[in-house]
Amino acid sequence: MFDYSKYMRNTKLPHIWCPGCGHGIVMKSLIRAIAKTGWEKDDIVVVSGIGCASRLPGYVDFNTLHTAHGRALAFATGIKLAKPEMHVIVVSGDGDSLAIGGNHFIHACRRNIDITLVVFNNGIYGMTGGQYSPTTPDGDRSSTSPLGNMEPEFDVTKIAEGAGATFVARGTSYHVPQLDTYIHKGLEHKGFSVIDVTEACYTTHGRVNKKKYPSNIDMLKFQRDNAIPISKAKEMSEEELEGKIITGIFCEKQKPEFTEKYQKIVDSFSGGGK
Amino acid sequence: MKYEVRFSGSGGQGIILASVILGTASALYENKETVQSQAYGPEARGGASKADVVISNKPIGYPKARAIDAMVCLSQKAATKYIKTLKKGGIVIVDSDFVELPENKKYKMIKLPMSSTTLDRMGKLIALNIVSLSALVTITKVVSHEALEKAVMDSVPKGTEEFNLEALKIGRELAEKSLA
Amino acid sequence: MTESKFEFIQGNIACAKGAAYAGCSFFGGYPITPSTEIAEYMSGYLPRNGGKFIQMEDEIASLGSIIGAALTGAKAMTSTSGPGFSLMQELIGYACIAEVPVVIVDIMRGGPSTGLPTSPAQSDLLQAKWGTHGDHPTIALVPNSVEEMFTETVRAFNLAEYFRTPVLVLGDEIIGHMREKIRIPEPGEMEIIERTVPSSDGVCPLPYASDSGKPACLPNFGKSRFHVTGLNHDTTGFPTMDPEIVARENERILAKIYEQREIVDSYEEINCKDADILMLSVGSAARAAEEAVKTLRKKGIKAGLFRPVTLWPFPKDQFIKHAERAKYIIVPEMNMGQLKTVAERFTKRSKIVPVNLVNGEPISPEHIISVTKYLNI
Repeated sequence: MFDYSKYMRNTKLPHIWCPGCGHGIVMKSLIRAIAKTGWEKDDIVVVSGIGCASRLPGYVDFNTLHTAHGRALAFATGIKLAKPEMHVIVVSGDGDSLAIGGNHFIHACRRNIDITLVVFNNGIYGMTGGQYSPTTPDGDRSSTSPLGNMEPEFDVTKIAEGAGATFVARGTSYHVPQLDTYIHKGLEHKGFSVIDVTEACYTTHGRVNKKKYPSNIDMLKFQRDNAIPISKAKEMSEEELEGKIITGIFCEKQKPEFTEKYQKIVDSFSGGGK
Repeated sequence: MKYEVRFSGSGGQGIILASVILGTASALYENKETVQSQAYGPEARGGASKADVVISNKPIGYPKARAIDAMVCLSQKAATKYIKTLKKGGIVIVDSDFVELPENKKYKMIKLPMSSTTLDRMGKLIALNIVSLSALVTITKVVSHEALEKAVMDSVPKGTEEFNLEALKIGRELAEKSLA
Repeated sequence: MTESKFEFIQGNIACAKGAAYAGCSFFGGYPITPSTEIAEYMSGYLPRNGGKFIQMEDEIASLGSIIGAALTGAKAMTSTSGPGFSLMQELIGYACIAEVPVVIVDIMRGGPSTGLPTSPAQSDLLQAKWGTHGDHPTIALVPNSVEEMFTETVRAFNLAEYFRTPVLVLGDEIIGHMREKIRIPEPGEMEIIERTVPSSDGVCPLPYASDSGKPACLPNFGKSRFHVTGLNHDTTGFPTMDPEIVARENERILAKIYEQREIVDSYEEINCKDADILMLSVGSAARAAEEAVKTLRKKGIKAGLFRPVTLWPFPKDQFIKHAERAKYIIVPEMNMGQLKTVAERFTKRSKIVPVNLVNGEPISPEHIISVTKYLNI
């Protein structure tokens, strides 16, 4: 039995997340992945922005930083560049990382800075009560799309890869063993890694779309029934993939990492080379 | 005594550098109170820009130039725009190849064919700012030639020292000829 | 030969050199006129001296990056101008409540909006004080010379590290871009204040406790594994909604600065004691005011200048002392009356005469003197 208490600030529990929320599942997956790296807790920083997922750092026993809405990656970039020996992990919701934090997201990808970003992607602004986000499915109702969402959604993996991230994966809060693997690989990867996790928020999203998601269990079943591994997806047509969740590792490549490149320049000047 | 110098021209002619060199000569090599400042628009090239040096033997409060004692004009646009800032009895040194100003009793105008001479003798126009700076120093004696030379050496890129010394010489000769 | 420690440099370069002197090891910034020379200098200086420079994707990210860097132990700074300073406001509040020391240099330019990018203004005096939401402490220093761009930047780092708070340096296009001769002090000549960090074990269980008014130690990310948040928090750093603790902590971050004025205050008094006309002015406008005072004195008019170098918190006691006996308070400023609102607040009897200019040109001594013609003195 895995002992989570070693990694938790046990006195800060219970957490604020609702029954049926995927955040707890992803947090535990993240902890197992961290444990597998064997890193010292002192050497790990977990950074977040604002939102439900962003409360995670308060619960875990690392160096933790709960920043402002959308800005987690900016703070994390400063930490990693100033102290490259730290392992920097960012946890962020879909609104946090893709809407208000979208600019920081693409530039962190471009820099290929050694940070692992886990996107807790439940397709809704949960903390503010269920407004549509950049990943709310087309047509879904929310408190600001009462007639159905009219905006198309972002594909996190495509943005990440296109912007230059060197490790990109997608898992779900249903397929937990695979998620453990993706997060662990992302942590061990040298460079900017993005793990997009499809999750569900029954309280603010499911409840107002009862036809599609009759219960919180149905939201998990939705993940089970609609996830398509990337290998299989490659053989399917665009029409067949409509509404499906493609999972797996989309991109894994080695490219020069930003803080290492920077450190080499700094080191070339130490020892009298000023 | 306060002495105010204005370099004017268009962006890219090096008038800010000329003012910085004069300021350096005055502040560091003649130990005078000196403030250098500039005004410019959005364009890095073209436009009308100015760069000023205020020199005094007493601490300088207000740092901007207000009554110009001596001015260099390297473009028509700048000359037209800034001539009214010259103080009564002031000196204006124009690049006569490109700049024309009406004769006026209120100022003393010195016309020097700086562009054509620079181009003839150096093969390129890049040192026009240094030529004009040297001419200004020769005419106004606002700093010594020794101080100016040191400041030029401080300010120009390595490897261009000889080139810039040549520019100083050209500017001085042009000015001396006009004074003779 | 000149002594090498004298330099004829721009205000912005003096600011960067002051930062280097104070031990700045991290700069995160975004290009904006008229502040960019500071970033340019640091981009070359820092990597050559064991530090780090990064050009972020915007000003919000710039301030975020330096707050992150500061939490690892770095002395960190950014520089910007009006539009970027507006973008930074939310995170200025973050640094206030999370008590992270950073230095933010704002080289003010004309506004609103893009305004006059290459022209001077004093457009952010009140934004500096009230720009971010919520009650928060503000320290803002306003240099008026190239030399002060150096010394006030050093002082900004010292105050930031001492109080664990963001400190603002408000330059303007004139002060930032003009060149004057300054002497760069030898190492050790100016006092450099270092952050209070935990003792050898690196652990600090109560990073938000108060140590006789001064904030307790700030651990670096590492052994202490503490929590930092922009939510209201208790002395351990964890969020709380307990009204008693929230009130106590909100009051504490104000009191730590406003009740230690002797450490923060800095001002210059020129001929204030017998002044019938007292000028209140900061930054480059104060240079014109100073010259106007001299000219008026020569004419036998009792004029004086009170120049806050620390604008926020406003040195109100000293100002009131001089304002009480003056007939007129002239407030020259390159905006439409921001400092004037401060003068009004602390002046009961004297008449306030604003001198405002917002056309991109500096206020001249003649301009200030011209308004005195209409005064009854």
